[in-house]
Amino acid sequence: MAENVTPRVRVPRDATAGEAVSVRTLISHPMESGQRRGSDGNLIPRQIINRFTCEFNGEMVIDITIDPAVSTNPYFQFDATVNESGTFQFTWYDDDGSVYTDTADIAVA
Amino acid sequence: MTRKTLLGGVSAAVVAVAAAGVGLADIRTGDSLVINGEIEIVTETAPPPFLEGVFSTIYSGWVFRTDETRAMEADDFDNPGMLYVEQGLEAFNTAMGTEGNSCATCHETPETLSTVRATYPQWDEEHGTVQTVEMQILECQTERMGVAEPYGYDSQEMRNMAALIASVGRGQTINVAIDGPAAETWALGEEIYYTAYGQMELSCAHCHERNYGNLIRADHLSQGQVNGFPTYRLKNANIVSVHNRFRGCIRDTRGEPYAIGSPEFVALELYVASRGNGLSVEGPAVRN
Amino acid sequence: MTQTRRQFVGTGLAVAAAFFGLPHIASAAQLEEAIAAFTGGADMGGEGITLIAPEIAENGNTVPIEVSAPGAAAIMLLAAGNPQADVCTFNFGPLAGSQMASTRIRLAGEQEVVAIARMPDGTFKQARQNVRVTIGGCGG
Repeated sequence: MAENVTPRVRVPRDATAGEAVSVRTLISHPMESGQRRGSDGNLIPRQIINRFTCEFNGEMVIDITIDPAVSTNPYFQFDATVNESGTFQFTWYDDDGSVYTDTADIAVA
Repeated sequence: MTRKTLLGGVSAAVVAVAAAGVGLADIRTGDSLVINGEIEIVTETAPPPFLEGVFSTIYSGWVFRTDETRAMEADDFDNPGMLYVEQGLEAFNTAMGTEGNSCATCHETPETLSTVRATYPQWDEEHGTVQTVEMQILECQTERMGVAEPYGYDSQEMRNMAALIASVGRGQTINVAIDGPAAETWALGEEIYYTAYGQMELSCAHCHERNYGNLIRADHLSQGQVNGFPTYRLKNANIVSVHNRFRGCIRDTRGEPYAIGSPEFVALELYVASRGNGLSVEGPAVRN
Repeated sequence: MTQTRRQFVGTGLAVAAAFFGLPHIASAAQLEEAIAAFTGGADMGGEGITLIAPEIAENGNTVPIEVSAPGAAAIMLLAAGNPQADVCTFNFGPLAGSQMASTRIRLAGEQEVVAIARMPDGTFKQARQNVRVTIGGCGG
């Protein structure tokens, strides 16, 4: 697994039922494209986050297929509909098989 | 090299850049930066006394950036530099060295160090030298914590820690002392600032004092202020130290840079930091 | 055989290119291929999809991009001038609060960024925007 991979997410603490809330995610990751050459002249092998998903209470919000053109420290912002209190589940999939996860709770009044 | 000889000694290679004078036509001044809706940042203000007559206003590098880059700094979540601050915070709370202490053992929280960034580099009586934040961190590691392998001056760990210390000082007014025991180092820094380096025969002043706002290739030159360091550079996709940036500048003159952490770069950092006395601590800023 | 200076320089460049394996730029064909894989060659409308990208990006490493296509099932982002045209594809789930997403992408120089939305009824929409990428004066 890549070093120092830290996921960060931001969602509002509370919302009203049916509201579309803004979700932001950021994960520290080099997103090595496989196109760069190291100081020895050889290609540095590709290692990227190739997929990101956000679910809320087990239902899909967004599922993103990612290619090497997404920047270092991948950042995504999107909206989620929340009908009830619950938990967001965030998952990042690394080329090397590592999976990084984070969660965030939201209270719906 | 004195200022006077410098002004007379512009080489033909840089005339295109050097002849133009400052050009703020393309730069939108007057905007304000408020981070997280609460930390007010001074991005333009009156120059320190020793620069009166040189600048009418000093500008943070933020002013020279595009809307998109500016916006990334206005919110900690959007600022990728904060990822490294978080890593610095983790290290701050982790014991290191034979004494079994962490930074938190003595300093409790990073916030207790909130005045550090604004007043460094500063004279250190005990060591009889001007110290940067990085040197201070190394001092803690080697003299108090018993760390056998202290951070490299420009290592990722060091930049993370320096970024943490800058981040808790954001909004504070840069106020580095240039007189008293620091005066000699400051004078050396000033001399370096106005010395032309490399095959291009460029001094710091050629670009950052006399041509800020003008284009160098397709990029706007800033005043070269360091109040936003360590800064997240989009180019590097990482945080970058002041000395690393100095090295890059001198290398780009096709000169032989001083070493990172060298007395020359410490002196230059003190001098350049003092040119920003009056601006706010902004690190980790976001720059191109 | 005599060789002109120009031939010599040209040969040298070709050799250098072969030696260093200069990064390939996605060909128009590769872009079309990626689009066809997503659309199956269907016609694309231009209404109902918005692509927001800076006209001038300060650095090609981190270019903020936002796409929006109300009602879309998925939106694919492509960068025509990158070594590989695909950037990412947003697949919206049942709890998507809107069919909008933003991210930060890499652009290898000035080029056209393409967004294609797949609607639930099997139709497609596309938006394109040219982004100029600044070449800075300083390495640092």
